[in-house]
Amino acid sequence: MPYTPELKKLIKIVEKTRPGRVERKKRGDEFTAMTLQEREDILQYHPDFKEEGRSQIRVGPNKGYKIANEVVALLHAPSRVDPGKVDLGKIDFETDVLVIGGGGAGNAAALLARENGAKVLIATKLRLGDANTMMAEGGIQASTKARKDSPYYHYLDAMGGGHFKNDPDLVETLVTEAPQVMAWLERLGAMFSKYDDGTLKTMHGGGTSRKRMHYAGDITGAEIMRTVRDEVKNHSADIKILEFSPAVELILDKNGACAGALLYNLETEEYLVVKAKAVIIATGGSGRLHIQDFMTTNHYGATGDGLIMGYHAGVPLSFLHTVQYHPTGAVFPEQAEGLLITEKFRGAGANILNVQGEQFVYEREPRDVEASAIIRECTERGMGVPTPTGKFGAWLDSPMIDILQGEGTVRREFPGKWILFKRYGIDITREPMLVFPTLHYQNGGLEIDKNTKTTVPGLFAGGEVSGGVHGENRLMGNSLLDVMVFGRIAGEQAALYAKNEYKSGGSLTLNHITEYNKQLARIAVDTNGRVAPMLLPDYSNPDVREKQLTTHYVGTIR
Amino acid sequence: MRIVSMAKNVKKKQTGAQDKLVPIYLMGKRYDVPASLTIQKAMEYAGYQLVRGCGCRGGICGACGTVYRFPNSYRIEVGLACQTVVEPDMYIAQLPFFPGNKAEYDIEKLEPTGTAVASLYPEIYKCVGCGTCTRSCPMDIDVMEYISRAIRGDIEGAARLSFDCVMCGLCAARCPSEEVQYNIAILARRLYGRHIAKRAPHLKQAVESAGSPAMKKAIGDLKKVDITALKEIYKNRETEPYMAEDDWTPENKTFVVE
Repeated sequence: MPYTPELKKLIKIVEKTRPGRVERKKRGDEFTAMTLQEREDILQYHPDFKEEGRSQIRVGPNKGYKIANEVVALLHAPSRVDPGKVDLGKIDFETDVLVIGGGGAGNAAALLARENGAKVLIATKLRLGDANTMMAEGGIQASTKARKDSPYYHYLDAMGGGHFKNDPDLVETLVTEAPQVMAWLERLGAMFSKYDDGTLKTMHGGGTSRKRMHYAGDITGAEIMRTVRDEVKNHSADIKILEFSPAVELILDKNGACAGALLYNLETEEYLVVKAKAVIIATGGSGRLHIQDFMTTNHYGATGDGLIMGYHAGVPLSFLHTVQYHPTGAVFPEQAEGLLITEKFRGAGANILNVQGEQFVYEREPRDVEASAIIRECTERGMGVPTPTGKFGAWLDSPMIDILQGEGTVRREFPGKWILFKRYGIDITREPMLVFPTLHYQNGGLEIDKNTKTTVPGLFAGGEVSGGVHGENRLMGNSLLDVMVFGRIAGEQAALYAKNEYKSGGSLTLNHITEYNKQLARIAVDTNGRVAPMLLPDYSNPDVREKQLTTHYVGTIR
Repeated sequence: MRIVSMAKNVKKKQTGAQDKLVPIYLMGKRYDVPASLTIQKAMEYAGYQLVRGCGCRGGICGACGTVYRFPNSYRIEVGLACQTVVEPDMYIAQLPFFPGNKAEYDIEKLEPTGTAVASLYPEIYKCVGCGTCTRSCPMDIDVMEYISRAIRGDIEGAARLSFDCVMCGLCAARCPSEEVQYNIAILARRLYGRHIAKRAPHLKQAVESAGSPAMKKAIGDLKKVDITALKEIYKNRETEPYMAEDDWTPENKTFVVE
């Protein structure tokens, strides 16, 4: 749906302030960035700081830790499966390395595990490649231009973005491995945007001190995902793929090491036992839990299953007390609501504006700061742009980009968004976009070390499911990097573990689930029919559900 | 508070309670759904729990390729269910999976030529040029054109023209010559990225300096200082100006290569 006459009138105001803003940008006269103190102050508007949004975990290794209610509710729900009913004597699949999750981290892990001599099984909930990686738009950070940048500056930027609380070892690994990952992806044939001489194009992102954001149009994640997925499919002899078969619990052995997982075939509804020498959790994030009822940019399958499985097996959680809201999700048109509008628009120069067409925040603050500023403008200050459905947003002034960088830049650099909005009758080279923060990324997750090892022997984790590398807030372009760096390390380490450290002979057990359920019984929380992991979000129609007289739901699944 | 009430809309949006209803036909069966919903949300509104045929819900993963037709029209139309808004009397079916032929190859050893593509996908020569693939693409890609570029050995052209492909499979599903266009397309893109596009000349140096003992020490020193000192270093770091050209270099060259 094109902009309404009311919104078109408001766009006129933006057009009036635009020439002055463009002039200032050209002069290098930017809107003043916040000081560290100002950043801290504005964060009170961030959803993380709403006390009623969080509660304490009452069981397991993080007892007493306060995180989002929606995650706690799942941690307090019994396991989807009754361990007593599972026959662990009947093995359905046996492999060296089991990779749980088919996104960026899972595919990278599978490739590196194979390179290190392992036979691999990938079990994934939906299709291979259905993941948040596919949806990442803006770019991947790496200090590939040694004359102006280095892992040193990348380290500083990542720490600053994460409020200096990140795990330093993980950050060091992330930034040091980054150039290597870019070289690997180039060898695999990923089509990054380049100059004619082959130099990779790079730009700024929020919180970067050097232009180190590499990109492939505005579908960087999709380009990386489809390339590594294609490579995985080139090795069918060594890497087997089970789609629509999410893992629901990890299986341990009598020595306490991870020894496989229980899968659920979403079509035949069977549970299947996988025995593995090493297991990698690469299940991604949890946006589909709709924390604090926020709309989300995340994939349909992003329900935090890996957090639950890992926690059931005794792996502590870290940095889950912060959640990332992407500053710019679409709020208009309605059909596109929640959709990610990549930070690359701001990196390319587009201002963020209020209803009077005025800037109120520098467009390249770290994400939590940028999101908080937009929320404040639309709430307390009452300067938001009203939408036809009674919501408020801020303008993202995309037409500035063509003026600054030449006609055709938006169409060339943002082909995906250009087509999408064109379908709705909006030309983003002429009209700004209307945005509001949207639930985007799980900053924390399962605790790992720099070799992706968890506290459970034989269990590794990488990518969005893990926590620590981004501290309390991730910078743009560090998530695609995270999945590639730690996915690769997990694959390599798991293969080495399977080869050198794995001890056979321990019989399989799900006793940890029985024990966990006992702890839950003691705290006696009303779980309201909930089971964990969730597997799929519930978007059912209540009117239809009321008439499903003989239907049985286990958690959200019919 | 505003945020919550806005977010409550997530649920309301799924059921689209306030809209006027229009009839659609899911696999031939009529349901009345709110007019503003996408096909995907309309299916959920109708009572479906999606397992297949639903992915990113944002138009990029290709899980929800959908075909539809209107009464009194012979034309099969296409769209992604998550992106296409329902229209009255649509007859809708999804294509959640297509058993397309995928060749296995070692990308390093392939030549970026039409012959290489044809050796892996010999059926490419069976293309009759009917253009159904192009008409079947929900991303408005000129599929037939990139296939003919690949046949002619213009790998770069095939790569660039197919760049927006989400690999939904609709082209292959409708192709009378049984091509699997989307797999040919990714082969072309990888051949282009690996063998035709110039290699980034700066990567080797970056990899080497990132792994150097000097860099390890520099970061090691950052890890050692307390948080106040670290914040000070962070605050004083030099920022590359927005309008700077790619060959910009910082004043402080201690931690970069000169």
